Amino acid sequence: MSEEVTKNIIVRDDEDYIINMGPQHPSTHGVLRLEVCLNGETVKYVIPHIGYIHRAIEKMSESDTYKQIIHLTDRMDYLSAHMNNEAVCLAVENALEIEVPKRVQYIRVVLDELTRLASHHLWWSAFGMDLGALTAFFYGMRDREKILAIFEESFGSRLLHSFNTPGGLMHDVHPDFQKHTMEFVRYFRKKLPEYKQLLTDNVIFHNRTQGIGKMSRETAIAFGVTGPSGRGSGFACDVRKVAPYGLYKEIDFNEILYDEGDSFARYLVRMDEMEESLNILEQVTDNIPEGDYTAKMKSIVKLPEGEYFQRVETARGELGIYIVSDGKKFPYRIKFRSPNFSNLFVLNTLAKGGLIADLVAISGSLDLVIPDIDR
Amino acid sequence: MKNKEELKSFIAGLLPFATLIEGKQYLEVLVPADKWHEAAQKLKDNNKIPFDYLVSLAAVDFVTKFSVVCHLESTDTHDFIVVRVDIEDHEKPQIETVSDVWVTAEYHEREAFDLFGIRFKHHPDLRRLFLEEGYGFPLRKDFKDEINIIELSN
Repeated sequence: MSEEVTKNIIVRDDEDYIINMGPQHPSTHGVLRLEVCLNGETVKYVIPHIGYIHRAIEKMSESDTYKQIIHLTDRMDYLSAHMNNEAVCLAVENALEIEVPKRVQYIRVVLDELTRLASHHLWWSAFGMDLGALTAFFYGMRDREKILAIFEESFGSRLLHSFNTPGGLMHDVHPDFQKHTMEFVRYFRKKLPEYKQLLTDNVIFHNRTQGIGKMSRETAIAFGVTGPSGRGSGFACDVRKVAPYGLYKEIDFNEILYDEGDSFARYLVRMDEMEESLNILEQVTDNIPEGDYTAKMKSIVKLPEGEYFQRVETARGELGIYIVSDGKKFPYRIKFRSPNFSNLFVLNTLAKGGLIADLVAISGSLDLVIPDIDR
Repeated sequence: MKNKEELKSFIAGLLPFATLIEGKQYLEVLVPADKWHEAAQKLKDNNKIPFDYLVSLAAVDFVTKFSVVCHLESTDTHDFIVVRVDIEDHEKPQIETVSDVWVTAEYHEREAFDLFGIRFKHHPDLRRLFLEEGYGFPLRKDFKDEINIIELSN
């Protein structure tokens, strides 16, 4: 294992030519400032500066009950809101050893995969737009709207659902939930080839992404890069496989792995994951059993004294929730190991020595959501 | 995946100075502060179960002491352990950095420094991460926010 790939090397010099990219740059999709040192058009190093949207969610959580914390987790990675909610719920359920009804487990998986699809849709549109393919943006947004309509019908909100509560769901889903989900699956199966034509087989797109931002498996592990970005480098880090939770033990699906480690590999992982999500939806949606939408819970949840760690696969990687409880209704300390926090800092290693235009392709392929970094 | 007993005896052999606690979820390893760097190096560089993936590094304020809690996974065997170091000095908390062992620790440690004021010795770039210089350390239990006072009664 060479030093080069597992170290974050920055050599500063007084004569460095520094350009600030952000905090209001369109390609960062949020308030992130990159201090980029340039030599002509070549990047010497990149230093990310974060904290522009730091809301101290961890501090706020220390004076909130577990049911209230769920609403804060929405605001971290707002595109994986459902998975973030689920992580808190699972932590509480495992700590209290609550048996969750089968119906809830099925619905949670459907929502997980729909959220993952919606998130990958948005990434696909924005990634295309970052590289100059504006059509992708309209196509992706059009199809994502259909998922958000399903969410809106059942929960009343499109992005931040807060639909999970410890023990189950807030209320039952809409009677047409299954029908509309399957309609979407059939619709999107027909649209995927269009996506393939538009970007995956596009020569200009190949030139912008293939061989750009190469990340080896060692680099991914050393920096803790998880999710599709890590799997594009052959790092088998899918929590749904490594530490299965909920219904994922019983579902038949593949973990998508590519070994190339460039931006195009990370792109392909997400494209294949969309297909995999459709497979999971086909397996699960029609088999949602009848039953209760929540287990019996006390109105105030108190965790027994101790420490808990819950891992969940969001659309961007591994979310870990570490709870220290002193037996009260508020957690003593809660730490969110957010996937984007770890994914961001590999940027310097990937972008170094490349062109500044490629920096946009690389940060786009890492699929960063800034509020998740700052928390 | 090794069973719990096997993992426990392996860690006991690797880190004779550590205290092992059978946790509800994972094996918890309590390492003395002066052996922290040595322990980290051994956990990562052994051939049998190399814990090469640092999932998370969190600091906790226990009022009389600080704890640094690491969650480690081996990407080969998928074994998962929790390693804890206690820092007894609450006035001037200090500990050796492990950013040379797991590079991702560099940023988790910067976060811990920013929010708890724990100094990591020999850290390559120990600056505030989210907040500006001189803000104070908001996740400490004795932190008082002078500007936005919202007192919530328990």
